[in-house]
Amino acid sequence: MIGAGMVGAACAYYCAAAGLRVGVVERGAVAGGTTSAGEGNILVSDKEPGAELDLALLSLRLWAELGERLGGDRFELHAKGGVVVARTADAAAGLDTLVGRQRAAGLEVTRVGAGGLAELEPRLTRDVAGGAYYPQDMQVQPMLAAVELLRQARAHGATVHTGTEVVGLQRDKGGAITGVRTSAGDLATGWVVNAAGTWGGEIAKLAHAPVPVLPRRGFVLVTEPLPSSVIRHKVYTADYVANVASDDAGLETSVVVEGTRAGTVLIGASRERVGFDRTMSLPILRALAVQAVGLFPFLADVTLLRSYLGFRPYCPDHLPVIGPDPRVPGLVHACGHEGAGIGLSAATGHLIAQALTGATPDLDLAPFGADRFEAVA
Amino acid sequence: MTTFSFGDKEIQAEAGQSVGAALIAAGYRAWRTTRHGGTPRGVFCGIGICFDCLVVVNGRPNQRACLIEVHDGDDVRPQEGTGHGC
Amino acid sequence: MDADIAVLGAGPAGLAAASAAHRAGARVTLVDSAPRVGGQYWRHRQGEDGPRTPVDFRAGHAIWHVERTGDGFTTHTDAGEIRSATVIVATGAYDRQLPFPGWTLPGVYTAGGAQALLKGHGVVVGDRVVVAGTGPFLLPVAAGLAAAGARVLGVFEAGSPLGFARHPAAVLRNPAKLAEGAAYLRVLRRHRVPFHTGQTVVAAHGGDRVEAVTVAKLGADWRPVALRDLECDAVAVGYGFTPQLEIPLQLGCATHLDADGSLVATADEHQRADVPGVYLAGEVCGVGGVDLSVVEGELAGRHAAGAPVPVRLVRRRAGLRSFAAAMHRTYPVRPGWQTWLADDTLVCRCEEVPVAAIKRSIVDLGATGARAVKLLARPGMGLCQGRVCGYATACLAGPVTADDLRGFSTRPIAAPISLGSLAEQHVEEP
Repeated sequence: MIGAGMVGAACAYYCAAAGLRVGVVERGAVAGGTTSAGEGNILVSDKEPGAELDLALLSLRLWAELGERLGGDRFELHAKGGVVVARTADAAAGLDTLVGRQRAAGLEVTRVGAGGLAELEPRLTRDVAGGAYYPQDMQVQPMLAAVELLRQARAHGATVHTGTEVVGLQRDKGGAITGVRTSAGDLATGWVVNAAGTWGGEIAKLAHAPVPVLPRRGFVLVTEPLPSSVIRHKVYTADYVANVASDDAGLETSVVVEGTRAGTVLIGASRERVGFDRTMSLPILRALAVQAVGLFPFLADVTLLRSYLGFRPYCPDHLPVIGPDPRVPGLVHACGHEGAGIGLSAATGHLIAQALTGATPDLDLAPFGADRFEAVA
Repeated sequence: MTTFSFGDKEIQAEAGQSVGAALIAAGYRAWRTTRHGGTPRGVFCGIGICFDCLVVVNGRPNQRACLIEVHDGDDVRPQEGTGHGC
Repeated sequence: MDADIAVLGAGPAGLAAASAAHRAGARVTLVDSAPRVGGQYWRHRQGEDGPRTPVDFRAGHAIWHVERTGDGFTTHTDAGEIRSATVIVATGAYDRQLPFPGWTLPGVYTAGGAQALLKGHGVVVGDRVVVAGTGPFLLPVAAGLAAAGARVLGVFEAGSPLGFARHPAAVLRNPAKLAEGAAYLRVLRRHRVPFHTGQTVVAAHGGDRVEAVTVAKLGADWRPVALRDLECDAVAVGYGFTPQLEIPLQLGCATHLDADGSLVATADEHQRADVPGVYLAGEVCGVGGVDLSVVEGELAGRHAAGAPVPVRLVRRRAGLRSFAAAMHRTYPVRPGWQTWLADDTLVCRCEEVPVAAIKRSIVDLGATGARAVKLLARPGMGLCQGRVCGYATACLAGPVTADDLRGFSTRPIAAPISLGSLAEQHVEEP
């Protein structure tokens, strides 16, 4: 496994539990990349029907299992439910259509009016046109979840090598993977799982099997700690779904507000393609503040504690790359989950373990194939 | 001299003094309890760095007692937890 | 543009910088969160005349972010923005702390906190006060408390100031510095305050306020070798200083570890940071005391305003820096302090993170390095944003690197601001 973020940890856990001998190689510390820069979303509500929603539904089931088996409290797994708010009549009409299609695809979702919204979220603005409630949405503390899965993987015999960078891949005459060359020596292996997240494209390049994973920057605002009752669900505006699916390289913001076990309230989400630029952007922070206060007026008097930024690993069609790469025997991808990597990690790890042990995957991996981009080009 | 209320007490302070300094001069050492342990805290750093001396001033929670100057008639109250009702 | 030069911080370095730049003809705006100039060192009570400054002084402006713009800088404060072509960062430092059992008890203060209450507000922190830690700053704190009528039960200096004898050149170049120390010691003697070296407070005891401390005789690495208890009603502790680096880090300035183990911003011989238009003065680029701060401030002000620089100032800076370096080598923090800790000793006061949680993040959860410990166990994630526990957490996570401290010092939001006021500044895109 290359990468000890959430996806690498889930792959390590499921593969080790399936009896494979696993070594995790991470150039930094555990859970230190995009895993540490998100909100811990396990969402089905923001998915359009299709391959990603199928993956999300599988993952949801697996997260619930993980919570029961490992003790979800250890990583603050919380089935809090999601509330989507439409501020305008247009947005409400769009949400109606989406809800209908999602319900047809098997999602649990209820349309709620202004009164229902006020009951779900008493501090929400009353200036709403309608909304929807998604009881299946969950939240997790992603760093704790990743380290817990790595801990479990170690209990199944896996080894974790932090501070170790992959500098090359070793291959036999036929081109098949035989090992990885790292800053701390060589590791022989039959499979290399590319779980390097936003940096997955670099690993693919080492294998001469390009995968177009690019960074999509996002900021999160963190408030002072508040009582847990002030914001009860994951609450976001209806335009969030449209923004997630957008191909615009420019800045987009659509607010997502939620509490955490620690008491802080997290406010996302901005999206822009600016490479790996770590410069803080006040205009983005202001835009998020405006939208957050619009959704929850009481936040106007709440203090901003900090902000952080991260880089979502996105592919042009917004789908992750999961499964063996037909171009390079032994190379397996588990990257490019954009902003949904925490939620989709469980299913990703499960499917990778199935693929590597010769079992029939629970889902068809074709939509997530590494060769799909070449076909388009 | 200025006078402010602290809970049900009236406290005298010198003009320009901080709320924290006035409370210490009046014999108080702690006026907030922590979110998790519920343990008492008062001034520690005295210069606005540590956020330990939090107090509710005129209804606004999380004010640093060591920085905020006393004004005549201020309503100062101890703070519990987040200061936002829990 | 509001000013040619914005000087951020109105302590000794900032005042010297503002005054030098003003004399050189620059339009200067001086910014500080406090209501009066002077900073933590020249702290002034209301009604007292501080050093006068002829420049535009924005009192009560807490800076929460400094932004590079096309033609200069925008300094964002809770009371408005200041635009300038150049900035001089002179934000100073605050006491560095090491946790010990009971250090969260009310009545335990930082040395600087006890000093601030006394000099800024005329309040003596207790009747029977113990002063402990390391560094020459303990002396003026204890002398001030004793002169104000407190019974100072002792100054417990963990280090051994005799080490200064090993740096004769630095001492000989700065005779005034020695005289200053001797004057404080005379005040302590006059008030019969004992001065102990190789000893410090390793625990504080009490119910809802401090009632006693345990003082330890320390071995060479600061492991306690003998203990005794001392009843008291206040403690003032400090282990050197931590520079306030939010603004240099927001601006992307280079930083490095100084001889005292603190992260400092990197200044060149012109007091310039490596970011064009940014100058640094005083403790932000290395803790060295008030005289060095004033010299650096004057140099920064002159350079920033394009004024000539007298050679004597440059020489004086070199002399004071060699003294500061000798001081850092004389008063190091030794690793044995970690043996004072109990599993339930809080390291992070804000998030109430005990030593045990930090150990667990390393041993059980596989955290390597200070950042991973912070993300998994939450030290430094509370209201103070790691200002107090950053150094100690980095030490507990392993050998301290500049990167570790950078992680605990990077704060995009340097002062509290409400979401409402942030939202008010939003400008709709046309």
